[in-house]
Amino acid sequence: MSIQTVLQTRRAVKIRRGLTIPLLLLIAWEVSSRTGIVDPRFLPSLENVFLTAKRELIDNDLIGELGVSLFRNIAGFLIGSVIGVVFATLLALSRIADALITPSFNGLKQISLLAWIPLISIWFGFGEQAKIVFVAIAAFVPVVLNTYEGMRNAPRDLIEVGHALKFTPFQQITRIFLPSALPSIATGVHLGLIYSWLATVGAEYFLAIGRGVGSLIIAGREHFDMALVMVGVFILGLVGFALNRLAATAEAYLLRWRVTSE
Amino acid sequence: MTTISNTISTASVESRSGRRFVTARRVRAALVAFLLPIGLIATWWIASDRGWLPEQILPSPAYVYSTLVEMIGSGEILYHAGVSLRRVVTGFFFGAVVGLALGMGMGLSQRIDDYVRPLFLAFAQIPTLGWIPLLMLIFGIGETLKIIVIAKGALVPMAMNTSAGIRSVPADLVEVGHALRFTRWQTLRLIVLPGAAPAVFTGIRYGLTHSWTALVGVELLASSEGLGYLLVWGRQMFWLDVVMVAMIAIGLIGFAMDKGLDVSENYLQRWKHGEAD
Repeated sequence: MSIQTVLQTRRAVKIRRGLTIPLLLLIAWEVSSRTGIVDPRFLPSLENVFLTAKRELIDNDLIGELGVSLFRNIAGFLIGSVIGVVFATLLALSRIADALITPSFNGLKQISLLAWIPLISIWFGFGEQAKIVFVAIAAFVPVVLNTYEGMRNAPRDLIEVGHALKFTPFQQITRIFLPSALPSIATGVHLGLIYSWLATVGAEYFLAIGRGVGSLIIAGREHFDMALVMVGVFILGLVGFALNRLAATAEAYLLRWRVTSE
Repeated sequence: MTTISNTISTASVESRSGRRFVTARRVRAALVAFLLPIGLIATWWIASDRGWLPEQILPSPAYVYSTLVEMIGSGEILYHAGVSLRRVVTGFFFGAVVGLALGMGMGLSQRIDDYVRPLFLAFAQIPTLGWIPLLMLIFGIGETLKIIVIAKGALVPMAMNTSAGIRSVPADLVEVGHALRFTRWQTLRLIVLPGAAPAVFTGIRYGLTHSWTALVGVELLASSEGLGYLLVWGRQMFWLDVVMVAMIAIGLIGFAMDKGLDVSENYLQRWKHGEAD
């Protein structure tokens, strides 16, 4: 009982301390925008930000914009990670493919993700297709790297058992390589999800035609509407957080057998 | 005596032939590795030669190569790469120093951790790229904006890894320090910091990668010089050769920075390997 109270107070202290700085910042924000110390164009009042959020939510179909962004994100992510797993399986299991393709892949991977945008925009235009291709590339790279790593580290014993049992190549993949690489694949998919959200934002910033939260932020910047930009950036953070949580939960759920087997 | 010299000489012969074998295999692997790029370039060459795709969509490899040579010769590519590198180094430096301080604070003091971490995590949720429009409104599109964005890219992984590294220093070691009556400074310098060093290095590595990505992003959105600008400019003029040259430069520099860190990490942590052997 006493331990529990200690824990609770410890938790209470944590919460109190955690809230201190954000609250102080909010107060400083409100005071400085009310008294006009800071130009309200740079720092709109909290009320203004709230009103903007309300306006966007109710009058301007913010949910719709978010839906468009999320659709791109998920579509690109699924395409990129499914192709990524297949591609990495090929590289990890076929020596010829590995020798032929892996060095080139490692070379191309060095090119920073965003540097692909101009090339993609020339090849695929500024539309939906270009954005989804870009998001797919973003998810593809970490999924390939981690899947490859995981398959390469599949336990030798298991592979030998597979040989002894005369598994077909397909059986080897589904019964040995995929299960033993699953933790790595999960890491890759998790990273892919984070990268694909980054890429969605990037695609909407740079290929700024069409709808989406990123386009909303760019529009806010062009009209010098700081409140709108803040609302947009806040949503970016919220979605990033939610996706991260979702991936962590899914990972824990899918890999629960690992904990029990150990 | 003779037996010893015999074993030594055979051992060295064995290792020498083994090395030759390894070298031969390496050469073969390298040759195979180049098959795909060569094949692709050949296809690309034929495609542009036969005019399967318009010049704006796919310029011929010879054209890209001549642009590359021309841009190196005129010093143009070096100039833009220099601008980008300077930005990355400055931004990364500030971000890494602040991140290191923040990470050390969070790792060493529970109090600071309690106060700062929730807010820090909340800020870290927003992709670096996401901040750019907001910061553009506040700082304009000048050099300050670029440095801040790049610094932010380095700060988050640096702070996270440093605090995690310090937290993971074995409690036993710290107790040994207590038993030896180390002062706080000694504990920090002799136990905590060496223990956290590998994690700090991971932070530096991720930090630099993030900084480099952030640089490309910020230069794409707001810049009049630098490799990212070269990309945008080539894109607008439909000069795909310039775009490709800029991409090659970005890839090469990214690779060189990563390799450089790898080498210096191994060098700085050589004591660790020595101990393990």
